[in-house]
Amino acid sequence: MQTTDAGFDIRIRDALGNERVRGNFRRAMDGLMQRRLDLFPDAEAMESLRQHGMRIKASALSRLPELLEELEAKLTGNGIRVHWAETPLEANQIVLDIMQSHGATSMIKGKSMVSEEMGLNHFLEQRGIDVLESDLGEFILQLAGEPPSHIVAPAIHKDRYQIAELFREKFPEIPYSEDIDELTQSARTILRDRFETAEVGLSGVNFAVAETGTLCLVENEGNGRMSTTVPPVHIAVTGIEKVVEKLEQIPPLLTLLTRSATGQPVTTYFNMISSPCKPGEKDGPEEVHLVLLDNGRSGIYSDPELLATLRCIRCGACMNHCPVYTRIGGHAYGTVYPGPIGTIFEPQKGGLDKHGALTTASSLCGACGEVCPVRIPIPNLINRLRYESQHSDGVTPGSGSKRKRSEAMIWKAWSLLYRKPLLYRMMTKTATRLRMLAPGKAGPWTRYRTAPKPAARSLHDLARTHGVVDE
Amino acid sequence: MSKARQNILARLRSAQRPDISAIGEGSAETHFWDIDERMRRFTDRMTAVRAEVVETSPETWTEALQAICEKKGARNLLYSAASAFGEVISQQPPVAHPVTTDLGSDVWKTTLFHEIDAALTTTLGGIAETGTLMLWPDAQEPRMMSLVPPVHIAILETRTLFNTFAEAVAAMRWQDGMPTNALLISGPSKSADIEQTLAYGVHGPKELVVLLIRN
Repeated sequence: MQTTDAGFDIRIRDALGNERVRGNFRRAMDGLMQRRLDLFPDAEAMESLRQHGMRIKASALSRLPELLEELEAKLTGNGIRVHWAETPLEANQIVLDIMQSHGATSMIKGKSMVSEEMGLNHFLEQRGIDVLESDLGEFILQLAGEPPSHIVAPAIHKDRYQIAELFREKFPEIPYSEDIDELTQSARTILRDRFETAEVGLSGVNFAVAETGTLCLVENEGNGRMSTTVPPVHIAVTGIEKVVEKLEQIPPLLTLLTRSATGQPVTTYFNMISSPCKPGEKDGPEEVHLVLLDNGRSGIYSDPELLATLRCIRCGACMNHCPVYTRIGGHAYGTVYPGPIGTIFEPQKGGLDKHGALTTASSLCGACGEVCPVRIPIPNLINRLRYESQHSDGVTPGSGSKRKRSEAMIWKAWSLLYRKPLLYRMMTKTATRLRMLAPGKAGPWTRYRTAPKPAARSLHDLARTHGVVDE
Repeated sequence: MSKARQNILARLRSAQRPDISAIGEGSAETHFWDIDERMRRFTDRMTAVRAEVVETSPETWTEALQAICEKKGARNLLYSAASAFGEVISQQPPVAHPVTTDLGSDVWKTTLFHEIDAALTTTLGGIAETGTLMLWPDAQEPRMMSLVPPVHIAILETRTLFNTFAEAVAAMRWQDGMPTNALLISGPSKSADIEQTLAYGVHGPKELVVLLIRN
């Protein structure tokens, strides 16, 4: 896996310098925050619902291996085939094998972040498969050759003029338009034929219900329903953490998800799939597959504190409310999952040595933890991962990899100084006397700040003069 | 069984079990509205996302349906002749070319993608809180009916209008047996992927009309 730490500073600087993209994010995030707030008018009810959501997901995680087995048994009984993959490569291979067993060369995709995690499009395209994204945002990004910049609204960094330009370039036969309705209708027309003819449809999963063997999908456009209804084969891909125990737990999770994500009371479609088409049914896929992907999740599972990361229902509220994400946008992170959830999930999944710098992209203001619908203590986990990146006794892969000898030495000296009164007095005396010799430049710190200079007299000294005798 | 499966489950089993005893329960909001309030909320939510709700009665719904078909310029209407509503439609068709769902499987997809102007389905019920229809498509009313044609007309009887999704799931005991596909539909297809601005009619129906029959 590639490292995202290299070049992180450069990507941040570029993003901050791009006023157009910053404006696009600012407008979108302001809108999303307001819409979410409008749908949680009662703070007490909201807190109780968040607590409920947290409990449901935490309780599912506490029985994760059993629930996965129950889910597998139920799905298999319903006629859905279940596959397990430890790595993205294994998951990609499973998808390819299914396609090849049908001699299929075309796939239509509903939105799926796990498929992004797998790098599925690239993998299949290299093997001659025609892959088409059908979510409007993802479709736009596929045309542009860019990854998503937000997990719910993937093309949020683009404005209508950029999209109009992209359509002109890719579809010169369609009359140029900057009108959002017309752009949307163009996409509808282009994709209709493809829905009709695609041999395989792929989707993600928002919730998988162990009790009934049901795969739940949340969407507004209908492309998710198209991808899971029209082609003769449907493949769903998901992370192992998406399983919940009971069907009755779905309504509260659904309302938490849609309100937190886009400020909607409910999305246009909630699609619950429990089997392939039964005898006598005229449509729906004849084959349904579920690929369960681990990709580091079982490692995260082994730590009682970090485990909270796996409660995430991918609503994106943490990024919508993050002052850092809003300013630098999703691409600067360089990972599949950006924003606060990305800063804790990616380093655990791919190692602190490769993605540890992401944990520095936070002011620890606490907004992400406050809005999270399943109460993941994101700021605490960022702190924990910052610590682990400096200390090799951590449980996360790549622990201690960010430790610098010089920095460690400075902190050691600092600690010694504050523990030994004699040393401390000597240091303050020297510092006040030789204050003119303090360096005026201190690396990146003084790029935008004045270098600190020791005062002429120490605080202890001043206190004594003023007659303060107490310590 | 696969090696990946064994390895993943073994890793999960070797971890210390998370203790959830300290996590409080919390709860979801519950609502109990009378039928007028349920109808009002359902209609408000639906119309807020550009769906149309036509209130009618067991005596007058056929006229309402005919008016809708005329207004939408539907030359044909796809419906199931098997339902009680379907029987009535077969006797007094609201359009010049009624099409029943007895179509052969071989022409089903093509007909839906290229010929049908509007499809009529019944519903399992509705949800007042969110303005939602619940559909359990089956052999008589297949899945594509509420998805592929540009206009979807849905019949909702007020006696099946629930307060919340949670209430409906519990009352009908969905956990006892789920259909191939269960659907919640809350308006016509839409997207906000461009500049967070709503555009309607992306991939699913461009228009949704609910015939709300008071009974």
